[in-house]
Amino acid sequence: MEAVLAGIKVMVTDDGYLTDFSQWNEDIAREIAKNEGIEMTDRHWEVIKWIQEQVKAGNPLSVRGIKKSGVLDIKEFYALFPGGPLKLSTKIAGVPKPKSCI
Amino acid sequence: MKNILILGAGTSGTMMANHLRPKLKKDQWNITIVDQYRTHYYQPGFLFLPFDIYTEDQVKKVGKKFIPKGVNYIQKKIEKIIPTENKVELEDETLSYDILIIATGSKIAPEEVEGMKGKNWHKNVFDFYTYEGSLALRNKLREWEGGKLVVHLTEMPIKCPVAPLEFAFLADSYFTKKGMRDKVDLTYVTPLSGAFTKAKSSESLGYLLKEKNIKLETDFAIESVDNDGNKIIDYGGREIEYDLLVTIPTNMGDEVIERSGMGDDLNFIPTHHNTLQSLEHENVFIIGDATNIPASKAGSVAHFEAETLTDNILLYIDGKPLKEEFDGHANCFIETGHNKALLIDFNYKQEPVEGTFPFPVVGPLKLLKESVFNHWGKLAFRWIYWNMLLKGIAIPFISRNMSTKGKKIN
Ligand SMILES: Cc1cc2nc3c(=O)[nH]c(=O)nc-3n(C[C@H](O)[C@H](O)[C@H](O)COP(=O)(O)OP(=O)(O)OC[C@H]3O[C@@H](n4cnc5c(N)ncnc54)[C@H](O)[C@@H]3O)c2cc1C
Repeated sequence: MEAVLAGIKVMVTDDGYLTDFSQWNEDIAREIAKNEGIEMTDRHWEVIKWIQEQVKAGNPLSVRGIKKSGVLDIKEFYALFPGGPLKLSTKIAGVPKPKSCI
Repeated sequence: MKNILILGAGTSGTMMANHLRPKLKKDQWNITIVDQYRTHYYQPGFLFLPFDIYTEDQVKKVGKKFIPKGVNYIQKKIEKIIPTENKVELEDETLSYDILIIATGSKIAPEEVEGMKGKNWHKNVFDFYTYEGSLALRNKLREWEGGKLVVHLTEMPIKCPVAPLEFAFLADSYFTKKGMRDKVDLTYVTPLSGAFTKAKSSESLGYLLKEKNIKLETDFAIESVDNDGNKIIDYGGREIEYDLLVTIPTNMGDEVIERSGMGDDLNFIPTHHNTLQSLEHENVFIIGDATNIPASKAGSVAHFEAETLTDNILLYIDGKPLKEEFDGHANCFIETGHNKALLIDFNYKQEPVEGTFPFPVVGPLKLLKESVFNHWGKLAFRWIYWNMLLKGIAIPFISRNMSTKGKKIN
């Protein structure tokens, strides 16, 4: 469906994930974050960049995988994106949320 | 003489041996297949074994029986693949190849989570992804008197991604039949955002957990298993108590892939999504659970892959371009308990939807809907596996590429 984020019309899923990464930009990311109660800092952006690189390379994302990222540890990941860090960070990064086959 | 070497005689390796032998001249090509174990397991049966639906004998056979005549079978451990020299080291000999097919699958790695393979492993903490785990769990369930049963999934990707959910459904059914469902508190714990993560599936199947009184805990990224407190703890500090924990540990490719420096973090091998050729070595091909492709790790997927890969190996031998044909096609039955099942048919691009299968309107199988017929289909899959799938016989009316016929796609 259509949504307006940071003044731009974008396509999103029912739960608010961008369906087309080419529509992503930092303003949109900031707005998604704000709606989730997150104020973006340099650390947040580093994580977002890392996630986007992983998805581009086709690597599966998992919270445990963060340990091996060298970017941050899992405690910090939780602190930056409280509640569901993977769910929230992927949403802000404009990439699909980690899914199963159904 | 030239050599094709197949590593692993599980579902995929066995299928490839059966596909390739009749298609290659015996005076030009040797085919050799290597596996460490004598027994070939029907892994989908590990879901049924704990509930006394299948017996031990129904899920295991001697692997060699399924390897065709004219294929050299070696029962040894593979130590290292050296793709730059076209060589593979086994425990006590080294083999050379012209073409290598890697089919070493994936397996559980419970040691990846602190405490999981601890003092209570196979006492009140079980897996059912191995023969040993599944059997130990059956013996436990036979005498278990009830309490908190937690069915838990560590992280994706896992083989047969719906198996943990099926386990929860079958547990509900099992305890109901035993007349003790009221004594069992059943919880499903997932690192994902829901039991169903795709739009159409959530819409069509969301009712299942509620109907079966299965509690749901989402976004749970496990850090450790506390064997004294009998609880699992996640990185955010969330705790879930259990009397009986049934977990799907992290799934990883075999250590031989790590020793050979050929895999990613989880020992899965970078593979072309549509040709199944290695992204690094042109005479190396990967099939089944060993790849890193974003398709489900399932026997049915391996079956469709095998058809494309066979064609591609013949093309490669002839020096022709490979077909970019494999579309991620998967076709899986999902047990929902009480003698019903669902069927899903999907690929890289098309998520599971409702409809009929394999024919429009008449089915006879229903997609993404519970039916008794689908349950028979799941049970028939065991016969199909041993008698058709492993032998590389095409399954009637089901093509390697996903068909949109009968699917409600809007
Ligand atoms: C509980 C459960 C339920 C499932 N349900 C279904 C289902 O309903 N439908 C479906 O389609 N699929 C299902 N699957 C998945 C299916 O079983 C697998 O996807 C399939 O077996 C993969 O085949 P494979 O050949 O890639 O790997 P495997 O069949 O696992 O074979 C790998 C082989 O390689 C050998 N090997 C690995 N490393 C070495 C080494 N170093 N040296 C020597 N040998 C080695 C192993 O011994 C093994 O025999 C299920 C799996 C499980 C665990």
